[in-house]
This record gives sequence, C-alpha cells and structure tokens, in this order.
Amino acid sequence: MAKKLMKGNEAFAKAAICAGCRYYFGYPITPQSELTEYMSHALFEVGGEFVQAESELAAISMIYGAGLSGGRVLGSSSSPGIALMQEGISFACSTEVPFVMINVSRGGPGVGTIQPGQADYYQATRGGGNGDYHVIVYAPASIQEGVQMVYDAFDTADKFRNPVMILADGMLGQMMEPVELPPMKEPLKEEDIPKVKPWALCGKGVRGHKNVIKSLELKPEALEERINAYWPKFDQMRKELTSYEAYNLEGAEVVFVAYGSTSRIVREAIDLLAKDGIKAGLIRPISLWPYPYDAFDKIGKECKAVISCELSMGQMIDDVKLGAKDRWPVSLIGKVGGMLLTPVEIAEGAKKQLGVK
Amino acid sequence: MATHKLMIAGFGGQGVLLIGQMIAYAAVKEGKEVTWMPSYGPEMRGGTANCTVVVSDKPIAAPLITEATAVVAMNGPSLDKFESMVIPGGDLFVNSSQPDCEAHRTDVNVHNVDLVRIADDLGNQKVANMVMLGAIVRTTGVVSLDSVKEVIREKMTGKKAALVPLNEQALESWTK
Amino acid sequence: MKTVFEYTKGMNETITSYCPGCTHGIAHRLVMECLEEKGLLDDTIGVAPIGCSINSHRFMDVDMCESAHGRAPAIATAIKRVHPDKFVFTYQGDGDLASIGTCEIVQAAHRGEKFCTFFINNAIYGMTGGQCAPTTLIGQKTTTTIEGRTVAHNGKPIRMSELLATIDGAKYVERVALDSPAHVRQAKKAVMRAIEVQEKKLGFAFVEFLSTCPTNWGLSPVKACEWLRDNMIPYYPLGVIKCPEEVK
Repeated sequence: MAKKLMKGNEAFAKAAICAGCRYYFGYPITPQSELTEYMSHALFEVGGEFVQAESELAAISMIYGAGLSGGRVLGSSSSPGIALMQEGISFACSTEVPFVMINVSRGGPGVGTIQPGQADYYQATRGGGNGDYHVIVYAPASIQEGVQMVYDAFDTADKFRNPVMILADGMLGQMMEPVELPPMKEPLKEEDIPKVKPWALCGKGVRGHKNVIKSLELKPEALEERINAYWPKFDQMRKELTSYEAYNLEGAEVVFVAYGSTSRIVREAIDLLAKDGIKAGLIRPISLWPYPYDAFDKIGKECKAVISCELSMGQMIDDVKLGAKDRWPVSLIGKVGGMLLTPVEIAEGAKKQLGVK
Repeated sequence: MATHKLMIAGFGGQGVLLIGQMIAYAAVKEGKEVTWMPSYGPEMRGGTANCTVVVSDKPIAAPLITEATAVVAMNGPSLDKFESMVIPGGDLFVNSSQPDCEAHRTDVNVHNVDLVRIADDLGNQKVANMVMLGAIVRTTGVVSLDSVKEVIREKMTGKKAALVPLNEQALESWTK
Repeated sequence: MKTVFEYTKGMNETITSYCPGCTHGIAHRLVMECLEEKGLLDDTIGVAPIGCSINSHRFMDVDMCESAHGRAPAIATAIKRVHPDKFVFTYQGDGDLASIGTCEIVQAAHRGEKFCTFFINNAIYGMTGGQCAPTTLIGQKTTTTIEGRTVAHNGKPIRMSELLATIDGAKYVERVALDSPAHVRQAKKAVMRAIEVQEKKLGFAFVEFLSTCPTNWGLSPVKACEWLRDNMIPYYPLGVIKCPEEVK
C-alpha cells in the first residue's frame, strides 16, 4: 500500500475509523483540534456518529455513554481538557467500560501553553482521577507508530474492559509524515452488540433480564471485593502489554530513557555523542503503564549514568529510578515551557554527567 | 542524497506552510523519508508562521531542526530570526519584494526572489508562493520539479484545475 | 373478578429505599407504568443521576446506568446515538440537573436530542443532607442557608422548565406535581406525551415533577404535600409550557 503524507492528528483519527470506531465525541482544543475536525466529516462518510460536545466534561460522558451501550468509541483532547475528562475516565475504570482516548499533550500547568509538553506523565500513568485504577497508556514516537497503536487499542480496551490512553504530544499531532494506513475493519453492528458485549446496555429485551452499569457501592465490603477483582486484570495487563524499544544498549556508557517525540531527538544526540567517541544507548518505553521496568536489566556493566529525558521537570524519572534500582546514578535532562530539547542540549548534558568535556 | 533540512518562514497567509507541504508531498512520491512540522499558534492570519521540512533517504529522527541546509525568508522578521540558521555553503532564499529583507551572510548562497514582481508579471499575485517553491526546488534539488508538478495536478482538481498551467509556469518563472 | 389496579411490571417488587413520604417512588412508578403501557420496557435504557435516585436502577426493571454528577444528558446523548430506536431517558434531581448539570441539560436540549428527561424538583439537596439547591425557595431553611435563602445572597430560585422551553430543540416541556391524586393523574399524562415525543423522534422532551422531601424539609409526609402545594406551586406554576401538535 502506498504511503500517504498525513498530519498526526488526522492519521490517528483515520486509524480509529479503520479499526471500526464509529463514534467520536470531542471539544476543540489546540493542538488536537484537527482530530475533532477530521472526525466531524470522516465519521459521517462511514455512517458513524459525531457530536461536538459542549465541554470536555460532557464529551467524556458521551464517550462513556457510547462505550457502555456497546459502541466502539474514540475521544481525544489536550492536557487541560484531559484534566477535565478525568471524571469520566475514573468512572469508566470503575464500571469497566472500554474506550480509547488520545491526549495530544501540551505544556502546563493551568492553561500553560499550546506548544508540546510531556508533563502529563503523572496524570496519565498515576490515574489522573479519583480512586484505585489504572489506565493503559501508550506513547507513540512517530505518526506511523501512533496509527498502529490507535488501531490496536480498541481491541485491547475491549479485551480488558478498560480505557486505553494514547499519550502523544503537540509535535506528533501537528507534524506530517508518510504513513501506511491499516486495513479497514468491519464495524460492530448494533444488532450484534449483545452477542459481542453481553454486559452492554441495549434494552433488556435482547437477553430477558436487565443490565445495570453502576459505580456506587455503599457497602464497604462490596466495594472492596470489586476493587480487589480489578487487580488480577491489571496483573494480566502487565504481563501482556508491557513494551519498550532498546536501542544501542550494548556497551553504552550512558543510557537515555525517553518516550514519544523526545525519544526521536535523543537518537540524534546519540549520533552526536558517537562522533565524540561516547557510546550512548536508549530505552524507549512504548507502554507507559504498564511501565517496562525490566528493560533496565538489559543495561550493560559499562553504563555509568542513566538519564531521563523529558519535556517536564522530571515525572517519568520516578519510574526510571524504580527500574534502575540504584544500580546507576539517575539524572534528568528536562525542558519546559513548550520548547523541545535539542540534540546538542542532550549530548552536552550527557557529557556533563560523564565528566567529559 | 544528503539530508535536506529546510526552514520556511513568513507572515501567516503567505503560503509558508503550503510551500513546505508541497515539498513533503513530492518527497513521499519519490519514496523518500520526510517530516513536515509547522509552528502553530493562535494567529490565523498576519502573525508569523514557519515550518520545517526534513527530507532524507534514511529514517528521520527529529522533525525540528537547529541548523538548516536552506532557509526561506518570506519577510524581514523571518530573515532576522532565521538567517543564522543556514549552514555555511547552504542556501538562503529571500523574498526581496518585502522591505527590510536584505541578507547579510556572505558564507551562504543568497537567492533574492522578487516575488511580487514575478507574480505580477504572471498576472496573479496568488502564485507568489509557487514562484518561491520553484526557486527552492530547482536550486536545492530537495525533490524534482516533476514530482512537484505531479502534486499540483493531484491537488488542484475541479474548478481549480484551470489554474494548473499558471502554477506550473510560476514554478519555473524565477531566474537568477 | 376484574383487576382494577396492578403493580407495574416496570418496577421490581422491592421496597424502595427512599424516605417515608418521598415522592420519588410515585415518579418511578409513573415512568415505568407508561413504558409498560407503551410496550417499551424491553427496549428502554435509562440513566440514573447522582443524588437519592442514583438507586433508581434498583427499582426500575429496565437497562440502566449511573452517571457522574449532572452528566446524565451527555451519557443519554451518546446512548441514543448507538441505539437510535431504543427508548432513552434520564431521571435527575434538582442538584444534579439545575446546578452541576445545567450545562449538559441546556446543551442536550439545544441539540434537540431525542431522549426524555424526568426532573425531580424538591427544592433541596436530598442525598447529601438538605443543602440549598438552585431551586430552594426564598426563605426556605437548609443546612447551607440556616436563616433561610435570601435574594441578596443566593438570587431567586431557577425555573428550569421555563428556561428550557426557550430552547428550540426542547419540543415538549411540562411541569407537574406529585402532591395529590389529581396531580399524579395529570403527571402520568405528561409522561405519556413525553414518551410519544421521543417515539416520533420530534426532539427533546422534559417533564418536571414538583416533589417532596419530608426528611430534609423537616415535615411529615402529609405536611410536606401541603407545603409543596402552598409554596412551590405558586412559584413553579403547573401545566404544559410547550407541546408539539403531533402529541396534543
């Protein structure tokens, strides 16, 4: 199949449609608005439903409503909007309603900036809303990878009955790259929902007894039992979904850890360091939750420093430290304000850590 | 081929993003690796806009660039901001129809393109960006002129198809 | 023997958990009775709010879900998109609909969503223990207006039916009361018409029930009905505010 030049936001939207997604609810926010715009026409062309919601609070509730009634549904927003959506994400984790979310993240806190940022790491991986739960989080480094992630995320969400978040950023959302689109899947027909998703609300006539999707448990023991029951599911996710890319680790004196767009810049820094005779490697977490802690066991004995590179003041670094287990000194090369790190900044930062001029 | 790293900058509305996109589309046609990355902001018109285009045979790590093989400055402020970005021996395209748009570098190849005059001669100011696109492509060889023409023919359909010859003419209208 | 009254199949044979004298039970029964009469119980999806009636799904024998506070109209919007031929309704109290969820209800009406909303207005927050609602009357004492609600401090109570009736997408709007048998019979007719508006896909249908909250009002069930009649009805006039020709 010929490659097509597409903007990240549009390619992610198209990937969802290819995956059989027929419902989208969203609210405009930079730098993800093209995704909403694309869905507004592309979904109608395939007989889907699009609603421009009145707010992110309403949008996530619509996403939730479509999910609980059996629809394959996508939502998207950017950082402050995702913050508002935590209400519905927490609800969906509580009631095990599947859907896919895309966060085309920007710098914060507050309204912050519309430029790219990676300071939503805590929000995404620690459960941005209330209660005990986990959201599956993937971080694409290219538009092609993002397309595949979105495409696969719907099946993952359905399998585990849990929301999946694709954590992209303004750079990936706004840039264009050639992509190969995946094949179109047959969407789930309304009449087949009761068979495929027997838990979904479709009217009790399809099964002879009523379904209730509820979050409230006033009896402490009942809530405890329910939360305990999530945990084997999360353990299974850890086994099945943890993924990362290890690049150039063999013999590396310094190992960078970076995800998403920052990992691309780190690759250039690795080339720069090689010119100075310094061997550097990269661990690129592909799943941010579950986090690939085991990747750190691949680091060789030549390693003198592990550096977390992030567009934040240091959020993923907490997980890097958990993975490093005090085997190497862990430091941060971070940048905020909406600016991207440059290869030179990263290379110079690494040299400083290694004590090389 | 070497990796081409282009910075194209100007006022919003001058077709800055489109010039970059046309190169990117043409690069895909040629089976090359390419990234196109716009500056984005609240201004829809009149503010400053720029995009970076990286074209290579190898996978491209970062779409943002700190040094450019070519800079295209469609106005004075863009020239001030990005002139220093060109690598020695690189290309600097300047829209010489704009006031205060005079290059100072002597270690790069400066190409003054009198966009307004050339477009006026063609009878349509709207094709000024295509004049610049032609200048970039023919000078740097980032993509072939034929690929760009193919993209134009694909993008300009329906009522716009009548404008294809004018646009193709614009691509070839700048001479040193 | 001729059966003159039967408990509706739309309700479970469970005793509701609502306080003695609370009119939620009557409103539940009316909605379910109408759905049964329309033959819609098998094809209904309901959305319960946050508030006392979050438990409504325990009593109403139809497919139902709970909603985050105030968001029921957004959830119903999407359910109706996935199942356009099913009957979809939200059942919401005044804290849920007239306070935290005003945005969602106004915008659902504005889009002309083709579901029904049954709105329980008892002029107070019930579940959280009797705080002031946007619908609390002037002078009414609540746990957050212990000297009584004042215009200067809280403004005047909001009339949701009148507000929603100004929106083009809201096709049917009626306010009823549950304080007397006559009013209950009237209320049932309103529910029937709202269902028909949805069956005919005419747009958004809204029925407001003036209801009692004896516990938080600090009144006996009988006194609560009298209080509703003497205080709420004068401020919240009963009747059809808007009705399309097709269901008249």
